[in-house]
Amino acid sequence: MENHPAVQMLETELGSDFLKADIRTPKRIIVSIKPGAILRSAEYLHKVAGFRFIIASALHTRNGFEIHYHFSRDQEGLILNLHVVLDAVEPRIESLSNMFSASNWIEREIHELFGIDFLNHPNQEKLISEGNWAEDVFPYRKKFKSATES
Amino acid sequence: MGRKVLIPIGPYHPLQEEPELFKLYCDGEIVRDVKWETGYNHRGIEKLSESKTYEQVFFLVERICGICSTSHPFAFANAVEEIAGIEPTNRAKYIRSIIGELERIHSHLLWLGLAGHFLGYNTVFMWAWKYREPILDLFEMITGNRNSYAMFRVGGVRRDIEESKISAIEKVLDEFRRKNDLLTGAVMDDPVIHARTKGVGVLTRQDIIDYCAVGPTARASGVATDVRKDDPYAAYPLVDWQVVTAEEGDVFAKTKVRLLEMNESVSIIRQCLKGLLKEKEGDIMVKVNEIPEGIGQGRAEAPRGEVFHFVVSDGSNSPARHKIRAPSYVNIATFKKSCIGQTISDATITLAAVDPCYCCTERLAVAYDFSTGEKIMNAKSLMDISVAKTAEIMKIQGKKHE
Amino acid sequence: MGFKSHCFKKSLWVFHFGGASCNNCDIEILDCLAPRHDLERFGILLVGSIRHADVLLVNGSINKRDRERLLELYNQAPKPILVVAIGACGCTGGIFAEGITFAGPVDKIIPVDAYVPGCPPKPEAIIAGIVKLVNKN
Repeated sequence: MENHPAVQMLETELGSDFLKADIRTPKRIIVSIKPGAILRSAEYLHKVAGFRFIIASALHTRNGFEIHYHFSRDQEGLILNLHVVLDAVEPRIESLSNMFSASNWIEREIHELFGIDFLNHPNQEKLISEGNWAEDVFPYRKKFKSATES
Repeated sequence: MGRKVLIPIGPYHPLQEEPELFKLYCDGEIVRDVKWETGYNHRGIEKLSESKTYEQVFFLVERICGICSTSHPFAFANAVEEIAGIEPTNRAKYIRSIIGELERIHSHLLWLGLAGHFLGYNTVFMWAWKYREPILDLFEMITGNRNSYAMFRVGGVRRDIEESKISAIEKVLDEFRRKNDLLTGAVMDDPVIHARTKGVGVLTRQDIIDYCAVGPTARASGVATDVRKDDPYAAYPLVDWQVVTAEEGDVFAKTKVRLLEMNESVSIIRQCLKGLLKEKEGDIMVKVNEIPEGIGQGRAEAPRGEVFHFVVSDGSNSPARHKIRAPSYVNIATFKKSCIGQTISDATITLAAVDPCYCCTERLAVAYDFSTGEKIMNAKSLMDISVAKTAEIMKIQGKKHE
Repeated sequence: MGFKSHCFKKSLWVFHFGGASCNNCDIEILDCLAPRHDLERFGILLVGSIRHADVLLVNGSINKRDRERLLELYNQAPKPILVVAIGACGCTGGIFAEGITFAGPVDKIIPVDAYVPGCPPKPEAIIAGIVKLVNKN
C-alpha cells in the first residue's frame, strides 16, 4: 500500500526516531516512534499537516506502558496513531498540553489511572480520583505474572 | 484590577441536571477565569467491564450516556467490525442510521429546550419538549423503550423495522417537520433570543482548531467536520444530505445549526425508510464467528460531535482494552475561551451552548484485562484501594504530629 | 392525623440529586414536568435548594465522591423528608454496581421511602411512584 504523504514527511522529519509505519487501511495508520520524538511529531501533525487531536489511549502491556495518540485528518477521514512504548517501571513522556489544550484532561486522566508522568504538564492535578480512590493507586495497571518468567 | 470573586456553579445546581462543578472567577460582572472539577459522575466502568463479552459491552456503553445512547454502541460496533472485517447488510445499515438520526432529533430538541430554560425562556423549553414526545413514542414503537434502545450488536441490529411501521413513522416525521418549521421560525425571529445569544460566547475558526472541538460546536464556527461525511459509516454514504454549518460561532449560530440539522435528519430518515422498502429481503444480522486479534478504531457522529472508540482485541471473547472519547471531553475545554470576558449572566448559556454531557465526559476509558489470563478481582482491587487509603490517612496524621 | 401526614398533605416540593448516572433518569424526571405529563398541575415543583424540599429524588449509582455530598444534603434537609430512589441504579446500583468507585445503592446511605425501578423508568412509572408515596403517608 502506498505511503501517505504525512507518513513520509514524518519519516524524513524524525530520522532515526521513526520506528515503523503500519498502514492497515488507507484510513487507519499507526506510526511507531521513539518517546523522545513525541513533541516534534505532534507539532508537525497538528500545526503543519492539519491534523486534529482526538485523544490518547494508554495501555499496560508486557512491553511496558504504551500510548496511542490518535490524530484525525477530517478531510480524508484518516486516523493516524502515534504509538510510543514507555518504560515499565518509571513511565514518563513529554506533555503535549503546552501545544494544544485538548490533551490537558486526558494526560491528567492517564496520570491518575496508570501513573504515567507527563513532563512539563501545566497543571497535573487530580481530575477524577479526588475522593474516589487514594493517591498512588493506579486502578488500570495490570498485574503480570512477572514478564521475565513467562 | 479588582478582587476576584469566586462563583461556583454546581456540583448539584438546579441549572444543570448532572453533577459538575464550575468555578467562575469574576471581577465585578465579568468572568475572568473558569475552572472545573470533575469526578462526581465517575462510575469506574472499566473494572466492572472486565467480565463483559463483546455482546454485553453494548448494554454497558449504551449506559455511558442516556441521551446519546445510540452513538456509543454505534462507534463500538464500527470499531469491532473493523477488527473482524465484517460489513453489515444494507438493511441493518439503514436501521442503524434511522435510530441514529431519530436520536439526533430528540437530543437537539432536548438541548433547545434546556437552552431556553437557561435563558429564562421557559416557553421554548415547554414547546421543544412537547415536540420531543412523539419522537420518543417512535422509539418505543421501534425498540420497546423510550431511551436505551438496545438495538445494536456486532454485525447488525437486534430488531427489524417491519413494513407496517414505516407509514406510521413517516406520519410522525411529517408532523414533526411541520412543527420544527414553526419552532425554527419562532426561535430565529425572537428579538429576546437574538439579544441574548448573538455575539455571545463566540468561538472563532482558529479557536476550534486550537481546541480540537467537534460537532455542532465546530460546525457553528465554519469548520465543516462531520464524521458521517468524513469517515462514512452505516447508511450515510447511501443517502443524500448536507452538512449544516454557520460562520458566526456564537450561541445563536449553534442554535441555528442544530435546528437546521434536525431537518437534515428527517430527510435522512425518509430516504432510509425508502431504502428499507427496497431491501426487503436483507437480513438484519451477519453471523459473527469470532473476533480476531487486532486493533479497531470506530467513530460515529453523536448529536454533540464525534464519538471515538478504540478497541484492542487479543482474540478472546472480551476486548483487552477499550478507550472511549466522548465529544464533550474536548468541547468543554472551549469554555476557557468562550466564557472569559463575558458577563456572569451570559456565562450559563455559553456553558450550555456546547451541549455539555458530563456523564459522557466522565465515563472514562473502559478497560478489560484478559491479556494475563487472570481476572483482577473486584473485591481484591477494592481491598487494595482501601489499604492504600488507610496508608494515606496514616501519612496525613503522621504529618500532623510533626 | 399524624405529624408526617400533616407535613405532606399539600403540594410536594422536590429536590433532585443526580448521582453518577447515565442521564436517562434525569431526563425522564424533567420530562414529568414537561407538557405531556405536567406534574406541576399537582403542585409538584422542582426546587433549587434542599432546604425548601419535601421530597429528595435520587437517581444514578452513587460513587464515593457523591456519597459525602448526598449525606450532607440529607442532613441539611428539613425533616421529615421523603426520599425516592429512581431507576435501576438508584435502587440497586444497576449495571454500575460492581464498579470501583461505587459506594452502595441509595438505601445503604440514607433511608429510602419509595423505589421506582426501570432503566430508565417511564414518566408514568415515576408518577405512579409518587402517587403511592403520597397515599402511604
